[in-house]
Amino acid sequence: MSEAAKSHGTLTSLADIKEYRGVLSWVASIDHKQIGIMYILSGFFFLLVGVAEAMIMRVQLARPANHLISPETYDQLFTMHGTTMVFLMAMPLLFGFSVYLVPLMIGARDMAFPRLNAFGFWIYFFGALMLYFSFLAGGAPAAGWFSYAPLTERGYSFDHGIDYWALSLLVMGAGSVATGINLIVTVLTLRAPGMTLRRVPLFVWMVFINGILVVLAMPPLNAALVMILTDRLLNTHFFTPATGGSVLMWQNYFWMFGHPEVYILVLPAFGVISEVIPVFSRKVMYGYGLMATSTVAIAFLSFGVWIHHMFATGLGFAVLYIFAASSMLIAVPTGIKVFNWIATMWGGTIRFTTAMLFATAFLIQFTIGGLSGITFAAIPLDWQLTDSYFVVAHIHYVLLGGTLFAMVAGTYYWFPKVTGRLMSERLGKWNFWLMVIGFNGTFAVLHILGVLGMPRRVYTYPDRPYFGLMHSVSTHFAYVLVLGLLVFVFNMIWSLFKGKVAGPDPWDAWTLEWTTSSPPPPENFERVQTVRGRRPLWDLKHGAEAGAGKEGQ
Amino acid sequence: MTMTNAVMGAAGEHMHHQISVFNAQSPQAESIVHLFYVDLAISAVIFLTVTALVIAAVIRFRARPGDAEPYQDPGNPRLETLWTVIPALILLGLLILTARTMLAVNPPVGDRKANVVVMAHQWWWEYRYPSGVITANELHIPTGTNWLLSIQSADVIHDFWVPSLGAKMDAIPGHPNVLWITAQTPGTYQGTCAEYCGAEHAMMGIRVIVQSPEEFVRWEQGQLHLPVAPAGEEIERGARLFADKTCLNCHRINGTKAVAGVGPDLTHLADRDTIGSDLLANNLTNLTRWIADPQAIKPACNMPALRLTGVEAHDIAVYLESLK
Repeated sequence: MSEAAKSHGTLTSLADIKEYRGVLSWVASIDHKQIGIMYILSGFFFLLVGVAEAMIMRVQLARPANHLISPETYDQLFTMHGTTMVFLMAMPLLFGFSVYLVPLMIGARDMAFPRLNAFGFWIYFFGALMLYFSFLAGGAPAAGWFSYAPLTERGYSFDHGIDYWALSLLVMGAGSVATGINLIVTVLTLRAPGMTLRRVPLFVWMVFINGILVVLAMPPLNAALVMILTDRLLNTHFFTPATGGSVLMWQNYFWMFGHPEVYILVLPAFGVISEVIPVFSRKVMYGYGLMATSTVAIAFLSFGVWIHHMFATGLGFAVLYIFAASSMLIAVPTGIKVFNWIATMWGGTIRFTTAMLFATAFLIQFTIGGLSGITFAAIPLDWQLTDSYFVVAHIHYVLLGGTLFAMVAGTYYWFPKVTGRLMSERLGKWNFWLMVIGFNGTFAVLHILGVLGMPRRVYTYPDRPYFGLMHSVSTHFAYVLVLGLLVFVFNMIWSLFKGKVAGPDPWDAWTLEWTTSSPPPPENFERVQTVRGRRPLWDLKHGAEAGAGKEGQ
Repeated sequence: MTMTNAVMGAAGEHMHHQISVFNAQSPQAESIVHLFYVDLAISAVIFLTVTALVIAAVIRFRARPGDAEPYQDPGNPRLETLWTVIPALILLGLLILTARTMLAVNPPVGDRKANVVVMAHQWWWEYRYPSGVITANELHIPTGTNWLLSIQSADVIHDFWVPSLGAKMDAIPGHPNVLWITAQTPGTYQGTCAEYCGAEHAMMGIRVIVQSPEEFVRWEQGQLHLPVAPAGEEIERGARLFADKTCLNCHRINGTKAVAGVGPDLTHLADRDTIGSDLLANNLTNLTRWIADPQAIKPACNMPALRLTGVEAHDIAVYLESLK
């Protein structure tokens, strides 16, 4: 161990860490922090790729009857945009935050299975490359990110795009299961002495539940992917109705994965918000117990709502009633969280750092996405609005206005821990306002387009009243959103070199990761003291004063 | 690009109703709108509550220099129960309304036979009536009847959606579905395929022509008659070309050798308002252009460009426009 790493105070940037020098130290690394950073960088890289795909589509849609790109190109773009954002951007970003932070937050040296951790990242990385290789191999997949059969059968999609899609998702799915198991075991076995499950930070709670979701949700997808592959390559008949297959079986399998997947993409974001809001409000999380149990409730219910993606497929009413009820029920624990976050802010002394600004915008935007989600649970409304632009608006309010905003908040919050440097708050304000204005301007108007009968996934549309105008508004605000994202990326790069030195605990925070240097040395901690409450660092700072040791008993 | 602008504008001119979920023109659509108002009202109340609370917190509790560490409130079970139970009760109410609206919009069918079979294809619509009438891309229904549609697919999954007339329904191969529509006002209603179904999903428009029962019967009788035999030089030439240039490998024209069912039935093409699945106004100019090169108008559609001369395309179009 280097001398520098031993005296934590002197570590101020990643370059100070001898063990992280050279490409090989990263490629061959089993250090959860390096793997986490590689996950996060890959996630941000694919964010830019997915945004580029989206922008080509938005330019195409800016006016009616536009023929800038061909239908085949457009179909590949929206398929790759969706697949990229869900599997190549959001999941690795969330896994990156999870594997970087969980060991630090529970006072561990590394993940439970460091080699499995590296395996998870690299199999994702090469799976992602394989998916993009399809562009060079005759055409990217073009059946949408949920690839409904029988459009994916060889009779309708005869180039190899779907094969690449299914194979790379299968490969990445295996990696995800491995990472899920790793996160579960890490949280269960490597917590610092005294850190009972009632004392772990809420981010860790949510990542733990998320690990369970990943392990249980991926197998249906992986099974369905194998079935479509054998249909295409070995002439089996799982999804070919003419020879006894069932196309609805694909939908059942896919959404049995796909709906828990939505919560897989949202729970870590909830975790980030549950760390950022208390620290910047200077108050403990309001209703810690209910926050944790409502997360368990969401995870449990998320396996019983998948039919709400299939309300227009003509299923029996008994099934529809049950899934309408469960889909509305899952809104309750989600609503609890929103109110508990607000209650945490209430009565606090709130510091509006960029991280806190993004968390605040998250509260409102995620609420909008939740309310439009309830609209789909009211089945007759789903019968009108599903597969329209209303869905496009909904999914982006949840995953962009929700998850991505939370991850940006998390980036501003933990960037100093990861790199040793604070991100520029001045650029951060620009970043925030450009993204809030750009995001809402781009997607709010899409609700109206859906109500006016605009179907999703069309490469062009007829010149109906207001259609061109609304799409043009959406496209122009999308430029603002992209500008905001570019400011974000620039801020990260600039701050890495020129940012203010953060020190171990720049936010006066409470959890264990802030007790070590920024960036943390390879071994994380020299020693971890016995944890006696939910805010171990607060306890350290305040000694045996009031409150210490009382929480979580 | 400008050409296609004109093309798609042409179909737009014939629109009689603003397409909108709120412009309900059937009892089914009206029930859904009523539910939508309730849902929007609930959403507005919740959204305004959350937003007001967030804004109030932002203004009242912004940190000021010299603020002491605030009171550490760990939570209040009574308050938390409140915001668990109240939303649950609201949603229970919405659930009851949901079930009632479902029964109003798409009640069980029993033994009732469908009034028309809607058969979706990549990328056009076929309508088959029990009377034997087969037509394409323009669905005729009478007012005042509870009309039952059987929604089916010949290839991949499509979705039949006419917002002003009510719910949408997936057309799934191997899984026939049903949909009720009770039209009230004669007129033309537009919709579109709502499930992504391949390259030309964007150009799979739906056109529903609602007629008075008398007019509907007259239309149906007219469709059952064979079209008039070709008469006149251009028309006869067109009819010969239709056979020689392989058009009949895919299309059907009753009373002729053309009996294939791959593409749209053309028996009474001249009676239709549009061609290309609600894409172009049906007139000689547009039809000639379509026959000459459909790929220039609807790229990737299943009808190939047959390398016809301009005259040949014109003659075929003249023949088809004589089929009344």
